[in-house]
Amino acid sequence: MDNHQEHDKQHITPYSLYVLIWVALISLTSITVTVAGISLGNYTLAVALFIAAVKSALVINIFMHIKFDQPIFKVFLLLSALTLLVIFILTFFDFTYR
Amino acid sequence: MSNNVQTIETHGNVHRDDVGAKMGMWLFLFTEVLLFGGMFLIYAVYRFQYPDQFHIAGMELSTTIGTINTIILLTSSLTVALSITALQKGNKLLSVSMLSLTLFFALFFMVNKYFEWSAKFSHGLYPGSDEMLAKQNGEILFFGLYFVMTGLHGFHVLIGIVLLSVILAFIIKDKITPNNFVKLENSGLYWHLVDLIWIFLFPLFYLIQ
Repeated sequence: MDNHQEHDKQHITPYSLYVLIWVALISLTSITVTVAGISLGNYTLAVALFIAAVKSALVINIFMHIKFDQPIFKVFLLLSALTLLVIFILTFFDFTYR
Repeated sequence: MSNNVQTIETHGNVHRDDVGAKMGMWLFLFTEVLLFGGMFLIYAVYRFQYPDQFHIAGMELSTTIGTINTIILLTSSLTVALSITALQKGNKLLSVSMLSLTLFFALFFMVNKYFEWSAKFSHGLYPGSDEMLAKQNGEILFFGLYFVMTGLHGFHVLIGIVLLSVILAFIIKDKITPNNFVKLENSGLYWHLVDLIWIFLFPLFYLIQ
C-alpha cells in the first residue's frame, strides 16, 4: 500500500526543463568545439574536461533525475566517483614517481 | 508476511519495489562506469607519456562526424527523458513517439559510426594493419584505444537499441503504464549513461587539434 501511495505523489519533470537542459548541452558542445580550435596550450585539455564535467552534471542531475530522487542515490554516486578518483590518483602517483 | 502479500493482491496491486529496482540499476551503472573508467585511466596515462604522438594521431579523426554524433546522442537523451514525462502524464502516443525517435537517433548514430570506421579501414587504419604498425608507438596506442573505446561504446548503443525496442513494445501493449513505469525509467538511465560516456569520449578523441 505504501508503494502505491508513493507512486501517487511521484515527481514529474516538466517538458520545458528537459528542453532547457538540452539547449544548454548543445550550447556547451558548440563552445567546446569552438574552444578546441583556439590554441590555449596546456589549458585546452583542462577546458575541454571542465565543459564535459558540466555537461555530465546536467545529464546526471536532470535527465537521470538524481536531483529529485532520494538522497541515497547521491551517496551511491559520490561513492563511485570517489572510487574512480582514488584509482586515478594512485595510478598517477605510481606513474609519476616510478 | 504471506498474509500481507495476499491482502495487497486482493486489492489488485502486485507487490513491487520501484526504489529497489532503481538502486539495482544504479549499481549496475557503477560497474559500467568502472569498466570505462579503467579505459579512461589507460588513455590518461598514455596521453601523458606520448602527448605529441596523441596529437598527431588525433588530427586524423573527423571533428565534424564527432560533433554530429554528439548532437545526435544528446538529442536522443532528451527524447527518452521526454518519453518518461509523457507517460507519467498519461500521454501514451507522445511517449511512444518520443521513444521511437530515440531509436531512430540511436540507429542514425550507428550509421555514422559505420561510415566513420569504413573510412578509417579504407585508409588502412585498423588494429594490426601494415599502415598502423608503421606508425610510432604513441599513435598505435591512440588508435588502439580509439577502436576499443568507441567500439565498446558503440556496442552499448546496440544493446540500448534492443533494450529500448523491448520497452517500446511493452508501452504499446500496456505492460508499462503511468502507474508502473520503472522499466522505462531504468532503460532511460542506461541510455543516459551511454550519452555520459560519449560526453567524455568526444573531447578526448575528436577534439585534439
